[in-house]
Amino acid sequence: MTTAVDEDPGRPAIELAGVHKDYLSHGETVQAVRRLDLSIAQGEFFSLLGPSGCGKTTTMRMIAGFEEPTGGTVFLDGRDVTRVSPNKRDVNMVFQSYALFPHLNAYQNVAFGLERRKVDKAEIRRRCGEIMEIVSLTGMEKRAPREMSGGQQQRVALARALVNRPRALLLDEPLGALDLKLRQQMQVELKRIQREVGITFVYVTHDQGEALTMSDRIAVMDAGRIDQLGSPREIYERPATRFVAGFIGTSNLLDGTVESITGDVARLSYGEGERVLVPVSGTMKTGDDLEVSVRPEKIDLSQQPPDGDGTSVLTGVVTEVVYHGTSTNYTVKTSAGPDLVVFDQNAFSAEDLAGPGDRVYLSWSPQHSYPIGV
Amino acid sequence: MTQVVEEAPAVAPRRSRLTGGRALSIYSWLIIAWLMLPVLIMILFGFNDTPGRYNQTWEGFTLKWYGRVFALDELTKALVISLVVAVLTAVFAGALGTGIGYALGRYRFRGSGTVNLIMFATMSSPELVMGASLLTLFVSLGVGLGATTITIAHIMFSISFVAVVVRARVLTLDRSVEEAAADLGANPWTTFWRITFPIIMPAVMSGMLLAFALSIDDFVVSNFTAGTTTTFPLWIWGATRVGLPPQVNVMGTLIFVGGVLIAVVSSVRSRPRKNS
Repeated sequence: MTTAVDEDPGRPAIELAGVHKDYLSHGETVQAVRRLDLSIAQGEFFSLLGPSGCGKTTTMRMIAGFEEPTGGTVFLDGRDVTRVSPNKRDVNMVFQSYALFPHLNAYQNVAFGLERRKVDKAEIRRRCGEIMEIVSLTGMEKRAPREMSGGQQQRVALARALVNRPRALLLDEPLGALDLKLRQQMQVELKRIQREVGITFVYVTHDQGEALTMSDRIAVMDAGRIDQLGSPREIYERPATRFVAGFIGTSNLLDGTVESITGDVARLSYGEGERVLVPVSGTMKTGDDLEVSVRPEKIDLSQQPPDGDGTSVLTGVVTEVVYHGTSTNYTVKTSAGPDLVVFDQNAFSAEDLAGPGDRVYLSWSPQHSYPIGV
Repeated sequence: MTQVVEEAPAVAPRRSRLTGGRALSIYSWLIIAWLMLPVLIMILFGFNDTPGRYNQTWEGFTLKWYGRVFALDELTKALVISLVVAVLTAVFAGALGTGIGYALGRYRFRGSGTVNLIMFATMSSPELVMGASLLTLFVSLGVGLGATTITIAHIMFSISFVAVVVRARVLTLDRSVEEAAADLGANPWTTFWRITFPIIMPAVMSGMLLAFALSIDDFVVSNFTAGTTTTFPLWIWGATRVGLPPQVNVMGTLIFVGGVLIAVVSSVRSRPRKNS
C-alpha cells in the first residue's frame, strides 16, 4: 500500500520554519515553542521526546492545525498550511484519549473520514475492511467503543486515522493509557503497521524507551526548543546537552580539566592514579574545562586495579547495591564529583562484585567517555 | 475462651449494621410516601363514584369518569391549549437553550460571564415579578394577550433551564472528540450535527422535558399573560371555587402516567448495554 503517486521522494513530508508559539497565561507571555526549525522526511518514524510542558504537544497541534503559530510557517508536502484549518489538512491524528465517537460503532468510526471526503460506498467498505485487518480488528466492526478494551480502542483510533492515507500520521502519547505489557506489544505493532502502510509517523512521547525503540529519528525537546535531533543511537551514545544526557536513560556526568593530549585521546586527571580518557573532538585543547557523560553499563567495577593505562580509572567506595534481576546497580562515591552509577549485567557474575563499604576501581575505555557540547 | 473474645467484636458491628440498614429503609419509604401520597390521593379520587361536583369524600369505586374525561368542553379546551403551549415551549426553548448552553459550555467569549449570570438570575427570580413585568411589556407594546403571549412567556423562562442542563453536559464532553471530527475532514457544521449533537442529545431531551413540565403546570406567569385564554391550571384554579370535577383527577392521572412512562423509557434506553 502506497500513499500517492505524485510524491517527490526528496521533499520533506513536514517542514517547520521558524515556528513559535506564545501563550498568554495570567497576563504573562509563555513561550511554548521557540523558533523551531524541523524537517521530517517521507515515510519516517519521527519522535518528539521531552518532559511534559516542553512544547512537544503544541508542536504537533500546530502541524495538525489545532493551534495557530504565533510566527513562522508550517509546510505539508511543500505546501504552506500555516493558516489552513484542520479539516482541510492532509494529516490525521491519534489522540491521547483516543477521542472515539461514543455513539458510533467501530466500523462507523473508521469510515467517518472517508465519508466526509465523499468516497464511494463500496470503496469505503473495501478500505475499512483492509485497514481493520491490518490493525487486527476484523470481527469487531459492530462493537461500540465502550464495549472494547483499551488496546482495541487504541486500534480503532489508529485505523480511523490511517484509513484516510494521510501524508502524515500524528500520534499524541497514544500508548499512555495502556498497561506495560500491552504498551510493549503495541510498540512492536505500531512499528510493523508503519512499515506496512509506509506513512510518515510523528510520535509525541515523554517515554524515552518508547522513542528509542520505534523511531528512525528523535528530536529531544526542552523548554520549547529542540536540544538534540538524531538517531536513537546518536542521542543515547552522544548526548549533545546535559539535559539530553540526563533525560535519556541514566547518565554519569563528570566535570574535569584537560591536562594533556596524546594522539587522539585527551586526559583529565583527578586524584592519585585516577584519570578520565576522552576522545579528542572539535577544538579541544589543554586547559579546557569539559563535561563528560559516561553510561552506567559501560563501566567495569572491580576490587582490583585494572591492567595497563589505556582506560579511564576512578576509585571510590560502594554506598549502595541494588539487585534488579537482569543487572545489579552499584552506586559508588568517588572523589571526581557526584556519585557514579554502575550497571553490571548478571550474565557473568554469580554474586555481587562488591558490597557497601568496599573500595573499588571503576574503569572504562576512552570511546565510552562522551564530552557534552563539544 | 479466646474464641469468645474474638467473636464478640465481630457480632456487635454486624447487628448495628443491620439495624442501621433497617432504619435507612424505613426512612426511605417515609420519604417516598411523603412525596407520593398527594399523587396517590389524586389518582384515587379519579375513581370516586361521587354524584355531584364535590369530590372530597369517598363514595365508592367507579371507572365512569375515565369514560367522561372529555365531557367538560371548557376543561378539554383548556387542556389542549396547555398541551400546545407546552410542546411549543419545549421545542423553542430546547433549540434556543441548546445553542446558549453549548456556547457557554464550550467557549469563553466576551460577555459569557454575564450570560451565565442572567441564566441563573432568570431561574431564581420570583415568578410574580416575571409575570408582572411581562404583562407590563406586552401591554405597553400593544400586544393582545392570549395563547401567543403565554407561549412567549413560557419559552422565556424555560430557556435558562435547558441552557443550564446542556451546558453541564458540554462541560464534561471531551473536546478532542470534536477535534478528531475536524481532523477527519468534518467542517464545524457537520461536526456539530454528526458528532456533538448526538452525544449531548440526552441532555437536550431532558432540558426539553423540563421545559414541557414547567410550562404545562405554570400558573403565575400564565395568569398574568393569558388575557381571556384559559389554560389547564387556570381552569382548575377557577373551578376550585365551585368544586373540582373528577375529570381533573383523571387528566392529572393521565399526565402523571405519561411523565412516568417517559422517565422509565429514557432510563431504560440510557442504561449501558452489557454485550452485543
